Amino acid sequence: MLAYIFRRLLYAVPILIGVNLLTFALFFVVNTPDDMARMQLGVKHVTPEAIQKWKAERGYDRPLFWNPEAAGLARATDTIFFDKSVRMFVGDFGRAEDGRDIAREIRTRMGPSLAIALPTFLLGLCVSISLALILAFFRASALDFWGVVSCVALMSISGLFYIIGGQYLVAKVWKLVPISGFGEGLDAWRFLVLPVLIGVVAGLGSSTRWYRTLFLEEVNKDYVRTARAKGLPETRVFFRHILKNAMIPILTGVVVVIPLLFMGSLLTESFFGIPGLGSYTIDAINAQDFAVVRSMVFIGSVLYIVGLMLTDISYTLVDPRIRFE
Amino acid sequence: MMSFQPVLLWTDVLLWLLLGCGVGLGIVSAHTLRQAWSRLGKNTVAMATATLLSAFLLVGLLDSLHYRERLPPAPGEVRVVYGVEVRSVLDGLLRQLREQSEKTYSAPFATRLYAKETLETPAGPVQGYPRLKYGGAHLGEHEAKRDKDVLQRAFASGVLAFLLWLGLAAGLTALLARRQGASHHETWQAIWQGETAFAWRGVLLALGGLLLVFLPMALWAGDYHVLGTDKVGQDVFYQVLKSIRTALVIGLVTTLVMLPLAVVLGIVAGYFRGWADDLIQYVYTVLNSIPGVLLIAAAVLMMQVLIDTHPQWFATAAERADLRLLALCVILGMTSWTGLARLLRGESLKLRELEYIQAARAFGVSSARIIGRHLLPNLMHIVVIALVMDFSSLVLAEAVLSYVGIGVDPSMISFGTMINNARMELGREPVVWWSLAAAFVFMFVLVLSANLFADAVRDAFDPRLD
Repeated sequence: MLAYIFRRLLYAVPILIGVNLLTFALFFVVNTPDDMARMQLGVKHVTPEAIQKWKAERGYDRPLFWNPEAAGLARATDTIFFDKSVRMFVGDFGRAEDGRDIAREIRTRMGPSLAIALPTFLLGLCVSISLALILAFFRASALDFWGVVSCVALMSISGLFYIIGGQYLVAKVWKLVPISGFGEGLDAWRFLVLPVLIGVVAGLGSSTRWYRTLFLEEVNKDYVRTARAKGLPETRVFFRHILKNAMIPILTGVVVVIPLLFMGSLLTESFFGIPGLGSYTIDAINAQDFAVVRSMVFIGSVLYIVGLMLTDISYTLVDPRIRFE
Repeated sequence: MMSFQPVLLWTDVLLWLLLGCGVGLGIVSAHTLRQAWSRLGKNTVAMATATLLSAFLLVGLLDSLHYRERLPPAPGEVRVVYGVEVRSVLDGLLRQLREQSEKTYSAPFATRLYAKETLETPAGPVQGYPRLKYGGAHLGEHEAKRDKDVLQRAFASGVLAFLLWLGLAAGLTALLARRQGASHHETWQAIWQGETAFAWRGVLLALGGLLLVFLPMALWAGDYHVLGTDKVGQDVFYQVLKSIRTALVIGLVTTLVMLPLAVVLGIVAGYFRGWADDLIQYVYTVLNSIPGVLLIAAAVLMMQVLIDTHPQWFATAAERADLRLLALCVILGMTSWTGLARLLRGESLKLRELEYIQAARAFGVSSARIIGRHLLPNLMHIVVIALVMDFSSLVLAEAVLSYVGIGVDPSMISFGTMINNARMELGREPVVWWSLAAAFVFMFVLVLSANLFADAVRDAFDPRLD
């Protein structure tokens, strides 16, 4: 098991290097630092000196990959690539446009992001699996038909409308919770209820339908027929046999997103003014803060790869047929 | 001398090309996938949603024929001068809607502005709601007659819609009856109970719905702002109709970018295996491991810098907005081919071990021919299913991306920009709800019919469900 995890870790290295090279190419080769300086400074302030100053402040005035003017090892390390890309591997993300340390900012903003994303994820999972079980239990009935129709209808509504509509109804018309904002400690729950609720409802359609298909795939398998044939009641067949076996495909889809919960949700956080990583990303995009976007891309892919690894490990835990040698 | 100059925008060309490809693909696969197509044709929901989608497509295509109008010649001017603004045929048809803009917000069917202003009256200045320039202008002094006028038009167009629909239904029945040699009554019953080989019932129902909604809208739209006006006084009905093209371009042109990448790379990886497989798998694992929105954000930000630092590339603002839309499609395509490629790779891996392909290889048939003649036709169903499934998610993605600020050009009318401009309006007193509601309804109908149609396509094309 340990050997397997170690091998997976080694396998992750070339992928991270690929991500790193790709983002580096996107941010420094497609547009030269000069172009970015011109863009950031605006048309009025573009002078060669201003561009030089802008580049020097951010360390963009060095060569991309190889610095022939430096001596020894510094030829490879005193470059944009080493400073901006390689250092990400040790968690050094540099500074944002406002001069703050990005790594520090990420650490403080993870909390609020997780406070929204984790309850949304857990509650959404419970609700949609229960609904899917009900639909699968009453399969081919009117309840099932209209259930699926409402799932498709729910899927066809843009996530923006769930947030806009929910915020308007619950917070503005009914005045049950504050419209937006975030509090410290236990007091935060008042701000969390609505975004979590909206997140659950917005994801309900697609996940319920997906889990229903997974359950229905199990329903006609041989072991289920055997269970019925030996006289087990239908409820017992469902909860003891079908639910257990359907958990395997459900896990694949679910475990992989758990690490990504740290990243928060772009839309929810920006609408509700929650100081998490999602709103950090949106602010960075709007302010064209390239350093922050680059860091988020890197962290996102690290978390995704961790998710893939967790998925494989969770397989061994739930499915004794799978062994890693 | 022509009174207009045609303008070819990139997305126009691609959209029409895509339509051609779609029709071509349908004809080519008509033989191998005949059963699937006929199963699809029998499905009432599929045909009803296909009719609705065709209506959307028609609006989008009319909006994809662009031209520049010739300006009225100035005295003494001999040269022919064309206007700077690029218009589409749809703009021409909706000239009234486009040009009759008010000062600011006004509610649907309103005759007065939404905001109070100081009005000059003989008795001195008073605070009041000023009369709209165009909304209900034909009523003149008799604003109280508005409700009656609206209802009268609704009734008249409702009757007209019903008669038109009856005519269509009767014509269709007569045509089918003659072809099959059955009586009119029997044919009509067969249509109504869904027993025809092609689900005419679905088409008729959808057409009835469309007529019933859009005939009254058309009759009102001449004299009222049916869906109100927005902050700068532009008609919202005009905006939602224009948004349709943007949504279609995003949903369709993206597939044009994605499809060749996914098909070629998926098949090469699955069929040839070896180092090509390793390389392609590596590339798509790398692309996949970056969260979608972030990768798109990074690419779009860079594209913005590229566009902003090279203003000399674009002759008109419309061209710039159009190229930005195209770039967005390319970016979405480059980031979303991995799913389909993985499916195709898996299926090719399975198929290449089957006897008929092994036999072809033993006979010395070239790889290109095996792929073209034996592999590709058996992968078509996966491609068709993936394409229709992706459409609705792309339309939804456009709205979110435009909200985040990495979507279409802010000057381009789309569902995303409409929602983005309108989202603060719910905070006003009284609430300005019509922009959001209009965008919601149109987008919902478009995405819902695309989703239902996609489900029907999957049911018809997936061989596992036989």
